[in-house]
Formats: sequence, structure tokens, C-alpha cells
Amino acid sequence: MAGIPHDHYEPKSGFEKWLHKRLPIVGLAYDTLMLPTPKNLNWMWIWGIVLTFCLGLQIVTGIILVMHYTPHVDHAFASVEHIMRNVNGGYMIRYLHQNGASLFFIAVYLHIFRGLYYGSYKAPREVTWIIGMLIYLLMMGTAFMGYVLPWGQMSFWGATVITGLFGAIPGIGGAIQTWLLGGPAVDNATLNRFLSLHYLLPFVIAALVALHIWAFHTTGNNNPTGVEVRRGSKEEAEKDTVPFWPYYVIKDLFALAVILAVFFAVVGFMPNYLGHPDNYIEANPLATPAHIVPEWYFLPFYAILRAFDSEVWLVIAVQWLTFGIVDAKFFGVLAMFGAIAVMALAPWLDTSSVRSGRYRPMFKWWFALLVVDFMVLMWVGAMPAEGIYPYIALIASTYWFAYFLVILPLLGVIEKPLPQPATIEEDFNAHYGKPSASAAAQPAE
Amino acid sequence: MFRKIALSAVAALAVTSGAALAAGKAGHVEDIDFAHEGPFGRFDQMQLQRGLQVYTEVCAACHGLKFVPIRTLADENGPQLPADQVRAYAAGLLEVDLPNGETRPREWTDHFPMSGMENAPDLSLMAKARAGFSGPYGLGINQFFRGMGGPEYIYSILTGYTGEEKEEAGTLFYGNEAFPGGWIAMGPPLMEDLVTYADGTPATVENMAEDVASFLMWTAEPKLMDRREAGFTAVIFLAVLSTLLYLTNKKLWSGVKGRKVA
Repeated sequence: MAGIPHDHYEPKSGFEKWLHKRLPIVGLAYDTLMLPTPKNLNWMWIWGIVLTFCLGLQIVTGIILVMHYTPHVDHAFASVEHIMRNVNGGYMIRYLHQNGASLFFIAVYLHIFRGLYYGSYKAPREVTWIIGMLIYLLMMGTAFMGYVLPWGQMSFWGATVITGLFGAIPGIGGAIQTWLLGGPAVDNATLNRFLSLHYLLPFVIAALVALHIWAFHTTGNNNPTGVEVRRGSKEEAEKDTVPFWPYYVIKDLFALAVILAVFFAVVGFMPNYLGHPDNYIEANPLATPAHIVPEWYFLPFYAILRAFDSEVWLVIAVQWLTFGIVDAKFFGVLAMFGAIAVMALAPWLDTSSVRSGRYRPMFKWWFALLVVDFMVLMWVGAMPAEGIYPYIALIASTYWFAYFLVILPLLGVIEKPLPQPATIEEDFNAHYGKPSASAAAQPAE
Repeated sequence: MFRKIALSAVAALAVTSGAALAAGKAGHVEDIDFAHEGPFGRFDQMQLQRGLQVYTEVCAACHGLKFVPIRTLADENGPQLPADQVRAYAAGLLEVDLPNGETRPREWTDHFPMSGMENAPDLSLMAKARAGFSGPYGLGINQFFRGMGGPEYIYSILTGYTGEEKEEAGTLFYGNEAFPGGWIAMGPPLMEDLVTYADGTPATVENMAEDVASFLMWTAEPKLMDRREAGFTAVIFLAVLSTLLYLTNKKLWSGVKGRKVA
């Protein structure tokens, strides 16, 4: 699909022409910044910039932290305390990095749910969606390994539990787990490889982010109506769009500044609110904490992992059918990764021809329930697996799968969508009056 | 529609995260109004000095502060003792073991000694390693108003002894209202007038407990006040920047977007 028609960079001076013939980098930057962007994007379209900022923040603070950190089981915890006490501004850098991970995940969840509501995953944006899911998986791996580095109690026991998941793979699981850990248990070898990968993966993410941006710059942004920008001519396209610079750059920067004000308030006044107190106790392989709880951003999937225990009839049936190869533990692992896999498959599971949830009266409610479901999973993931909690977790996990595997395919068939606007311009004009004459007279470019 | 969902999602997210702190059968933790609490709270320097005295004369018999450099006692946002006093204090502590088997006097550039008893945990980070408050329903909402409750937990342990004792497998346990499970291996460390405060503060168990809890909050988070100042500056700066960007954005879009009509 050809991009949305717009003006391209014209080298003017002699040097510009000389460079453009050899390396059209200025043209690339121009086309990227001047991308025609639907003029009706709402505030849910700011998370991409926030995410890009988070990646930069984590890389910059992370590089500084590595300068003072010691990846050794005897020194890791003390070196973090050294950063907190002796390194100039170290306490700020470290809390920014620690809470930066939380901001990163808040933003990525809002970004993903925005995509789910407005159908941003649908054709022709499947590749953008799949790359996004890969980025999300890498983010989880990176965050998990980063959490191990301070070598507190939750670091150690979290690493033990999560790497134990791979041990649940039938037959080869034990060998894989040993290979991942670099030994029979979480130890110095584990800490070192986790630091190495924690440093490497953000750059892989950065590369995937570039692909993600390239992909949606090719298809054009989705927008709240889900109606595509007209591409017949430049004039037609300009009625539906504004250039990314300066309109969305300024809007996104405004949103980012507001979010950062809240973020710095958290870092400055309650930096440990999202953390776990047990991680201020140095790792001790001989003392297991009463409750091993992952960081909040893993809780929904952790809840799904634990929901399918050996008392669920489905698990029993699968175990019987597979002659015990897929036991409850392995089933839980499959369910956890499956929960992300079904989300990644959304472009092919959603059969509706209408993109935006705005024009899907039934979908709206199932989607709202999915958001509630996500919150319930997050809450129940932090609760001990006893009493009523496992039942709540099981119901919530079932809904997660049902939404993607049953509801999305069925809705496309049974739902009668509302009429959609013919163009973005039509929808925009229906919502906003004519711009004031004085302002219109001076184009902002 | 989406805006409402997004807003409630953010709110719920903030709330759920605290749930991670729900752990075990927690004991009763008293809420104390420490001087360092609240967005603009500052450590009470006299209290930190009294707390240091309680730590030195009572806690240090078994516990250590191995992550705390002694020199930080002279820090501006800490107890701020005069440098010569800190040096003298360091010299009075346990000597440092050298690799060749000999010992040398402790310098103020060294850290505090580590715990002398195997089952006495190091106290450097204790005030951050415990959360006194996690409710209601493990949602952590009350941490917004009361803080994490680490120092409160320490205070409540020190004042929570019921006077009961029991022996289990040859170890004596003491009844304690604040300790999870109700029985703690540490005997009641404080009693009335155990220390003599130079500033004339009555050395009640409550006063000593509060002083040492405050001191341990400082050992756990010595940069607390610097951090809040940095955070405050950043928030003010970002608020101004947000305002400017809001106005810029409004002006910029006024040429594209008229008044909202529907």
C-alpha cells in the first residue's frame, strides 16, 4: 500500500543536493516528521511518545547505574546501597529507573488496550500489532531480569519461581532450566547472564520500535473512527490529516509533561509504593518469603499461571488425554503464554468488518468487561492462592481466553454495527465548529 | 466511553499494586505521626540523635548497620553530629578485622559493624523492608495517607510486648501484638529509663521506640529529604512546562479545530 500522499523533501542548497544524492537522511527525517496524521486522534494516542520516552529514560539511567553496580552475589545488594548512599544523585537515578519500569508498563497496557478498543490491530496493521507484541514480550523479559539484579529476597525467589516455569516443560524442562540458570539453582552465573541480557535487550527493543514506527508510517495511523484517511490525492488527504510536526509533536509533549509531573511526584514522594518491602532484604537461599509476589505488571499473567491447578476439570482432562505429559504445572505455563498468544492473534480472531469499537454496540460492553477482567486478574494475582481467590482467578482467566477465542469471532457475525462516518473530515466537522477566522488565517507551519 | 475506562483503569492500577504488599497474618501496627512523614516532612535532628543513642546503647548489642557509613552521621539531612564527635564515636565501636588476622580501630570512613548475633537481622534497611500498612483488603490505599509504615512497624514491635512467654524446641518466645504470628524470639529490649537522654526527654519505652524507629528510617533512607526536594523541584518545573505546552498546543490547534459542538 502506498503511503498517504504528501509533500516530500526538496534539497535546495548545493550541499543539501550533494548529501541527498549520497545519503537521503534529511529526507527520511522530513518524511517521518511530516507524516500526515489523522486530525481526530484523541488523548489515547499519546502513549507511543510516552513509551518512546520510557525506553530512552531506562537506557540512560540504566547505563549510569551499571557504572556503579557490581554483578556478584556477594556484592550486588551492597552495590545498590552504595548507589543509594554514596553516588552523587544515585538515589534519584535508581528510583527513576525502578519507577520508570512501572511507568513503562502503565503506558504499554494503556497503549495495548487502546489498540484493542479501536481495532488498531486489524488489517492492514497486523504487522505493527505483531511487532508490538514482540516488544511487549521483550519488555517483560527485560523487566524480570532487571528485577533480579538488586539481589533482594524477591529478586532471588522471583527468579527461582519464574525460571522454574521452564522446568515444567515435559522431558527437556530440567535441562532447559539448568541451561538458563547456568547451574542447578539461581546463583552467580544467573546474576551475570541476567545483567548481560538486561543490558542487551533494550537495544533490541529499540530496533523493534523503529520497525513498529516504520510499519505504521506505511499503513498510516489508525484513528478513533477507524475510517481510513483518503488517499486519492494530496488535497483529499489533507482534509483528513494534519502533519505530525508541529500538531502532534506539541500535543504529545504536553501530555508527556503532565505524565512526567505525576511520575516525578511518585519518584520524589513515594518511590517504594509500587515495590515490595521484601526486596530490601538481601537474597537468602535458605529463607523463603511467606508470599512470593511478582511486580504488579506481571500479576494478571501470574494469576492465569496459578489459576489452572490440578483440581480444574479441564486440566485433569488434558492430563488424562496426554497420558500425564501435560500436567497442571505445564498447563499453567501454557495458559500464561497462551494468554499473550491469543492477544497477538487478535487480528485474525476478530471477524468484524468494523474497525473502531465506537461503532460496535455489543463489542463495547465485552471490551469494558475485559478491562475489568484485567484489573481483577491483577488484584487476585497478588493474593495468596487459598480460599475464594483461586475461583476468582479461574473465572477471570476463563473470560480472558473467551474474549479472544469466542467473543471476538462471534461478535463479527451477530453484531449489527452502527453507521460509520464516510470520512474522517465528516466526523471531525460533526464534532467541532469552524476554527476562528483569525487563527485560520495564520497557518501554524 | 474509552476515556472513562482509561481513567478507572489508571485508578485501579494504582490501587491494585499495593495489593502486592498483603502478606501473612499481620499484627497490629500503631500509626505514629513522625516528623519525617508527609510530603514536606523533615527528620527531627534531635530525635535522630536520641535514636542513635538508643541504637548504640541497646540495639547494637545484637544488631548491626552494615550498609551505613559512619561518616554519614555528620550529614546535613541526618543527625548532623560535629565531625570530631563522629570520629570519636567511630573509634569507640568494635574494631575492624584485617585480612592478616589483626584488628585496627574503626574509622569514620568505615561502616557500622554488622550484626553480632546470627539470628539478629541487620537493621540498616529494616524501616523499608517492612510495610506496616497494606489495607484495606490488601489494596494498599492507606499507604497513600500513612506511608508504608516501616518505622511504625518497628515502633509497634518495640512497644507491643504482651508480657507472655513460651518455650518451643528449647527457644524462648515472647508474646508480641505487632509481630506476625504473635510470638517473637527477641526479648523485650526496652524498659523505662534504660537510657539517659542528654536533652532531658523522658526515657519512656514509647519515646525510645519512636526515636529509634525514626533513626532507623534515616539509616534506611538517608537521602529522604534530598529526594523530596528534587521531586518537588521537578514537579514545579514540569507544572510550568505543562502550562506553557498547553497554551502552545491550544494556540496551534485553534487553526484546525473549532469549539467542540458534539
